Amino acid sequence: MRHIISILLENEAGALSRVAGLFSARGYNIESLTVAPTDDRTLSRMTVVTFGSDEIIEQIVKQLNKLVDVVKLQDLTEGAHIERELMLVKVKALDHAREEVKRLVDIFRGRIIDVTDSTYTLELTGTVEKLDAFVKALDVTEIIEVARSGVTGIARGDRALSV
Amino acid sequence: MELTGADIVVRCLQDEGIEYIFGYPGGAALHIYDALYKQDKVKHILVRHEQGAAHAADGYARATGKPGVVLVTSGPGITNAVTGIATAYMDSIPLVVLSGQVPTHLIGDDAFQEVDAVGITRPCVKHNFLVKDVNDLAETVKKAFYIAASGRPGPVLVDIPKDVTAEKTEYLYPKSLTMRSYAPVNKGHPKQIKRAVDRILEAKRPIIYTGGGIVSSESAEILIELVRTLGYPCTNTLMGLGSYPADDPLFLGMLGMHGTYEANLAMHDCDMMLAIGARFDDRITGEVAKFAPTAKIIHIDIDPSSIGKNVAVEIPIVGDAKLVMKDLLAEINKRDKKPDADALKRWWTQIEKWRSIDCLSYDRDSDLIKPQYVIEKLFEITNGDAFVTSDVGQHQMWAAQFYGFKKTRRWINSGGLGTMGFGLPSAMGVQLAHPEESVVCVTGEASVIMCIQELSTCKQYDLPIKMVNLNNRYMGMVRQWQEFFYDRRYSHSYMDALPDFVALAESFGHVGMRIEKPGDVEGALRESLQLKDRLVFMDFITDQTENVYPMIAAGKGHNEMHLKPSNGEAPPERELA
Ligand SMILES: Cc1cc2nc3c(=O)[nH]c(=O)nc-3n(C[C@H](O)[C@H](O)[C@H](O)COP(=O)(O)OP(=O)(O)OC[C@H]3O[C@@H](n4cnc5c(N)ncnc54)[C@H](O)[C@@H]3O)c2cc1C
Ligand SMILES: Cc1ncc(C[n+]2csc(CCOP(=O)(O)OP(=O)(O)O)c2C)c(N)n1
Ligand SMILES: [Mg+2]
Repeated sequence: MRHIISILLENEAGALSRVAGLFSARGYNIESLTVAPTDDRTLSRMTVVTFGSDEIIEQIVKQLNKLVDVVKLQDLTEGAHIERELMLVKVKALDHAREEVKRLVDIFRGRIIDVTDSTYTLELTGTVEKLDAFVKALDVTEIIEVARSGVTGIARGDRALSV
Repeated sequence: MELTGADIVVRCLQDEGIEYIFGYPGGAALHIYDALYKQDKVKHILVRHEQGAAHAADGYARATGKPGVVLVTSGPGITNAVTGIATAYMDSIPLVVLSGQVPTHLIGDDAFQEVDAVGITRPCVKHNFLVKDVNDLAETVKKAFYIAASGRPGPVLVDIPKDVTAEKTEYLYPKSLTMRSYAPVNKGHPKQIKRAVDRILEAKRPIIYTGGGIVSSESAEILIELVRTLGYPCTNTLMGLGSYPADDPLFLGMLGMHGTYEANLAMHDCDMMLAIGARFDDRITGEVAKFAPTAKIIHIDIDPSSIGKNVAVEIPIVGDAKLVMKDLLAEINKRDKKPDADALKRWWTQIEKWRSIDCLSYDRDSDLIKPQYVIEKLFEITNGDAFVTSDVGQHQMWAAQFYGFKKTRRWINSGGLGTMGFGLPSAMGVQLAHPEESVVCVTGEASVIMCIQELSTCKQYDLPIKMVNLNNRYMGMVRQWQEFFYDRRYSHSYMDALPDFVALAESFGHVGMRIEKPGDVEGALRESLQLKDRLVFMDFITDQTENVYPMIAAGKGHNEMHLKPSNGEAPPERELA
């Protein structure tokens, strides 16, 4: 099962490598990992997307909690939650593809954020599935470059991850 | 008054009440060495290799329960210490390792003797720090001690750049501290305690399986009370030996790969397993699919990640073994329901049958020195009161099987990492901690060579350790596996060109003895133990072909033990109560 784990950790040098090192040393899967400081500059928030059996996820959560830099964590997938990923795509935009891509961007509620004579740079946010579907739809033209942020997320309703 | 970083480090050690630190100097640590020179509260023990420093501090910690302290320089100083740090990590031993680092402005430049100490040690420490500002130094050292010794203990590294040890600031050592990201749970959940007691009292074929957590929580007395209150059989892991007195009839001996027949079969056939401070290591479980098929498992551990890691558990209890056992006992004593006496009687009858095959017996009429005999005699002569360290191999298993430990912290060995070379330097730490006690290092001719340089340290500090070298001229444990599983192809397990250990010991200024006949074993042990102020290296020339029995081979279940040939091929039949 796929799990999204959000982690609040001390904003210290090396905290990121402790988490990354844990996953590689213990052979856990990482699909994506994002990290940035929060409104409280002493804390970073990291979101790890991982997958594994219930037992493995339980171990991942326990091992993460055991890291001294980890203050708190939450498995978002345990409840209702919102997940988002940001994607920037540079595509060839020539001839009829110029119109076609623009139409697709509208349908997916993305934006064209940079334009040249021959290219568009597109921005899209959404779930992983939505971004995947968009990339697939872009086969009407040639993709030059894709930059994805990895997933971040937050629980719905009152459930919150804070100290 | 303002102090330099180096003085602050030493003041922190003083204020932490540290008696000994084990170290080896070098460029990046020289300011700290200079600060040590100017005081005499903290005594520095100069080892001969940084691995020895880590093992010695580790031995000190295991023998006392207090954190061991190591001081090394940057680069090769810290890399040499890594094996020792990993050894402590695997066995959950509290260490604080201080390492010098190149000055902050050179970090990342491939400077002379620069190595990323925090990066290299990350997977084998409980936590580590790089101190970049002298104003953080005292608090960081305090955190290091706090983290190392609380919860599930472990090594903590503090990497200190040279310029930080030169800068000055006001010294203030925090008395205590709290950390929002680190707060070990000590008290067991009351609901889980009640559920556990229900299970415990329902059991028909119970077993209590305990490990190193009893040692680190100093809870042997309560364990004994719990076991005796219930009348249930108890077994200890290699790391837990001494937590339950070996001569008590409720004790089944060590379990696991080289555990006793009765302990392993009782584990296999039990219907209720109460695991306390033990981590279901693969040397215990063997093939997990075949492990204790009928058991309902209760697992008490201070580290939630130990629970459910290898084996599914019915009732998990996170907490300190001592506090949880106290709560269990209180709850048991409140209940009207008592253990099922009839079932227990049947279970003990079964266990006694298993015990009666005497799985540890060996040939006592041999003309060659049997290693087991040496340990038996050692036990007798020291009355089971010595502190025994060991290296890794067959000799380690025989020491574990034949020295009947009665108290914790007397058996000091590398279980998790299995580090050859551990025995001698760890004995130094033990002897310093307990100058009046007999400290014996049971070793093998291959292992002892790995840290043999520490004989020089022993001379410098007059450490009267007794070395018991069970010299079989083989890496016996490797040879045994090759005999059993590789058709006797003894690939590189033979040690040609061994030194003359007697001459070697003498060249370091110690007493050497070679013992070749069974009849001389007892005399040699007695004579050496009487040499209270000398290190004696006893080189026992033992039977090369002896194997460690019983043995559970990899991939096998507890009911598929290799017994020694005289026990016959097929283990006796058994029936379940
Ligand atoms: C050659 C060789 C052969 C071996 N053969 C065997 C064998 O036959 N049998 C055997 O048993 N081992 C054997 N070992 C050792 C084995 O590899 C493991 O080291 C050992 O089994 C682990 O012991 P343990 O489960 O007690 O865990 P430890 O490593 O001692 O861990 C202690 C556990 O207790 C917990 N704990 C710590 N403090 C507390 C507290 N205050 N309260 C509660 N819980 C706490 C920890 O979180 C941890 O889970 C062998 C090793 C070698 C090198
Ligand atoms: C540093 C290290 N290298 C290799 C091993 C693998 N190993 C385990 S036991 C052993 C042989 C030990 O021989 P010896 O010290 O003579 O003890 P014996 O088994 O003969 O009693 C070896 C090589 C180890 N445990 N540690
Ligand atoms: Mg040997």
